[in-house]
Amino acid sequence: MPHNELPLFYVFHFYLFGIIAVASAIAFVTRKSPVAAALWLVNTMFSLAALYVLLDAHFIGVIQVLVYAGAIMVVFLFVIMLLNLGHASDVGDARGMGWKLAAGLVGLALLAQVFALTKVHVPEALALPENAIANQVAAQGAIAPVAGPLFHQYLLAFEVTSVLLLAAVVGAVVLGRRGERVDVG
Amino acid sequence: MLAESLFFSAVLFTIGVVGVLTRRNAIIVFMCVELMLNAVNLTFVAFAQVYGVAGQVFVFFVMTVAAAEAAVGLAIIIALFRHRHTVDLSNINLLKG
Repeated sequence: MPHNELPLFYVFHFYLFGIIAVASAIAFVTRKSPVAAALWLVNTMFSLAALYVLLDAHFIGVIQVLVYAGAIMVVFLFVIMLLNLGHASDVGDARGMGWKLAAGLVGLALLAQVFALTKVHVPEALALPENAIANQVAAQGAIAPVAGPLFHQYLLAFEVTSVLLLAAVVGAVVLGRRGERVDVG
Repeated sequence: MLAESLFFSAVLFTIGVVGVLTRRNAIIVFMCVELMLNAVNLTFVAFAQVYGVAGQVFVFFVMTVAAAEAAVGLAIIIALFRHRHTVDLSNINLLKG
């Protein structure tokens, strides 16, 4: 992607939030206490929201804070506290050395694969003109560029999503019910 | 900033995978899955900046699926905890053969 020179201010903040996101993610997987882990994950999600805003996806950034950091992670914290798992267990829950070694190898292999994938060439013709999304946001506001395709081109997918959410709610209620056994099939 | 976004996304995804493989607490494993979903979302948003806004719409659907998954998954974890009084995955080995 050929792009004009980005301001240093922009580049600095992009790297700043990217590094905060990665550092918080590392802190998240290494914390023993589930509550601390969840809060580090919230920090990662906030940094990702900042990255979305820097990538011209302002509305997605807001939704990231509201839905991911605000709703989904609160549900996680609710469950941690409901099950009284807030304290780090004395043993810790990390697996043994063999697992860690295997996980490290899998991680390295995966990283190599993903980096190989990022070298793939996408035809130049597919790319939008320079700053197309930014101009669209400036002209129509932050929501209209996302809402347009969502309610026209992807309307069917949007409606199917409501069925998915209904199924998830019913499933969660059935699974969370106390008392008699749930017979499946 | 496409290349940088893809770099951060790849690193976050790998951290999520390593977390799934090394932790035994079911809730933390579940949060690692959320981290992987977030990493993929970053890729979508980065590509959306260059190749059109459809990527942002897709992030929307990924978030919906993540919300549904969190609701059902946490309900399963609660049901499991009621049954076994632990969320340690090494104690939950009914299908281990």
